[in-house]
Amino acid sequence: MLIKNAMVQGKQADVRIEKGVIAEIAPAIKELTGEEVLDACGKTLLPAFVDMHVHLRDPGLTYKEDIASGSRAAVAGGFSAVACMPNTSPVNDCAAITSYIKMRGKEVGLTKVYPVGCISKGMKGEELAGIGGMQAAGAVAVSDDGKPVENANLMRHAMEYASDFDMPVLSHCEDKPLAEGGSVNEGYYSTLTGLKGIPAASEEVMVAREILLAQTLGLSVHLCHISTKGSVELIRHAKAQGVRVTAETCPHYFAADDSWVEGFDTNTKMNPPLRSKEDVAAIIRGIQDGTIDAIVTDHAPHHQDDKLVEYHLAAFGISGLETSFALCYTYLVKTGLITLERLSELMTKNPAEILRIPYGRLEAGAVADLVLIDESAEWQVDKNAFFSKGKNTPFHGKTLTGKVYATVVEGEIKYQNGKITEGAK
Amino acid sequence: MKHLLGLKDVSRDEIMEIMQTASKMKALLLRDEKKLNDLEGKTVVTLFYENSTRTRVSFELAAKYMSASTVHVASASSSVQKGETLLDTGRTLDVMRTDVIVMRHPMAGAPHLLSQHVKASVINAGDGMNEHPTQALLDLFTLYEKYGSFEGLKVAIVGDIAHSRVAKSNVFGLNKLGAQAVLFAPKTLMPPCFEQLGAKVAASREEAISGADAVMGLRIQLERQKGGLFPSLGEYARFYGVGEEQMKLAAPHAILMHPGPVNRGVELSSQVIDAEYSKIDEQVLNGVAVRMALLYLLTRN
Repeated sequence: MLIKNAMVQGKQADVRIEKGVIAEIAPAIKELTGEEVLDACGKTLLPAFVDMHVHLRDPGLTYKEDIASGSRAAVAGGFSAVACMPNTSPVNDCAAITSYIKMRGKEVGLTKVYPVGCISKGMKGEELAGIGGMQAAGAVAVSDDGKPVENANLMRHAMEYASDFDMPVLSHCEDKPLAEGGSVNEGYYSTLTGLKGIPAASEEVMVAREILLAQTLGLSVHLCHISTKGSVELIRHAKAQGVRVTAETCPHYFAADDSWVEGFDTNTKMNPPLRSKEDVAAIIRGIQDGTIDAIVTDHAPHHQDDKLVEYHLAAFGISGLETSFALCYTYLVKTGLITLERLSELMTKNPAEILRIPYGRLEAGAVADLVLIDESAEWQVDKNAFFSKGKNTPFHGKTLTGKVYATVVEGEIKYQNGKITEGAK
Repeated sequence: MKHLLGLKDVSRDEIMEIMQTASKMKALLLRDEKKLNDLEGKTVVTLFYENSTRTRVSFELAAKYMSASTVHVASASSSVQKGETLLDTGRTLDVMRTDVIVMRHPMAGAPHLLSQHVKASVINAGDGMNEHPTQALLDLFTLYEKYGSFEGLKVAIVGDIAHSRVAKSNVFGLNKLGAQAVLFAPKTLMPPCFEQLGAKVAASREEAISGADAVMGLRIQLERQKGGLFPSLGEYARFYGVGEEQMKLAAPHAILMHPGPVNRGVELSSQVIDAEYSKIDEQVLNGVAVRMALLYLLTRN
């Protein structure tokens, strides 16, 4: 395949792909007879994105999302790889479930699906799950996402044991008793709405715990969906001390804030909650100075029935795969806060390296996981146009800049201009 | 005004219109023949997902005195127990051509959600820790009767602010009317950022009450003790309760209010509850008048 007229690192270039690998990047490559050609018309070529934190709801909760619909959403969002969290039904705490997810991902054949296994059996926070067995079946990391490991000793053992397998441990940082019953950020807006608050400290005490464990043990830990100023400061300090900690955040923690909850729109309910403007500023600084390594979606699709209820009863989470790049581009790149190159690191290189999985690079010999971006496109978010089953987004109707035009996974066009380009099952 | 969801979204002029209408309603209420025809042919449903005696009876009597048909739906006996969603219940009431739904619900924002999906007018009779606008309106009306205006009044609100939708609705209302709400609560029962809503947060019970034109106690719920928010009712009464000693600090003409039901000897001493300056019974009567005024104003178009 030949990609013609792409902007590659600021220069117009053609890219030839052979057997899923980039064969050549040059100013002008002559097309061969019968060769598939993708005319980029001057759009920007980047390594396809890697989302290390999604929920595909499969097995068991497929009325919310399944691996096929989630994969479609992923390629529409420019992602060649996603790592899916284990809070399915049943939870992914053993090789059989891991194998199913892996196999189903391959069968669908759009984005590369990397399962994340549980830290503990049944995600109960009591005994370690079969981490080695899950890795052998295709898991790339472990996490008790959504049900954080409360017992510090178990977390310690998880970090120790997982390190024998070079398996990253991803921690959803939340002290459950501090957050109990809460649904929005604790502060002015929790008082204004009467919705119970989740204090920043509920995240930060666990961030501090994981950092101290990693420091004491000399092991690494990855911190999920960081949302507060205090967390950013703790992580910044830890990194300066040489602690092996990495961290991710999500677009909604810099593109929205807790004032959005005022009208009781349940699409603004997520965990961690939308935080204050001060936290948003700190997250952006953390992205700029490298304290935050990765931007993930925490794609959490839900059925309308899970959201069209009282705020307190509504499910946490938003559908994020199909708005992620545009939110990052609009709020970080277009505003001049970071460069597109830095965004590419945050959305591709860093998350892939944290998970030790392959990712696209713009050089000969690299796997052809690529995304074409229309940097000048302005478009309005329409939840009804999502490929995801989850239409739960607080960004519906927002005008954003920057659009994914096409996604290439291992040399095959999986998405182009609004259409999934092969028959996904 | 189509719905009454909270005093956050009600203007000063609207509040004053409610006060003036309530004055007329109270005069009618005090006659022997308590019957008006304004709501004849209208239906008022009280949809209560939380237990209540006084608010529910107050609404029901207000509606009956105005000749409306009333139906009470309590969560324990309703299809809620069968797993029906709030919106489906709302739709059912709508289809039966209900004109006004008075709803009490344990979760903040529930009336807002309902109001977006029904044709009926929705009156919030208390939603979680958010608002209880009709209680605040009857508190305001009690002040209005005593003082004739709100400008410059100091109203001390003492007790469990965190779980009190009453305190918050009063803060919104008092602020719009030019009065000053001064709050005091144990730190465990004081939510953050209340100053930003227009209230003053006092550092002590004495500071809150000193010179106040009205002192409002708030009910403390026993289960808060189990939640670790204060050590015992005795300790609460001693350090956070209002008794005669505290009332001496208030202005000489000050009145005492409480949304009820009162825990005697906990948030208020029996002496102050039964004192001459106590308006607790008057508040209950005023509640009916204010709710009659609201039903009239919401259904007149």
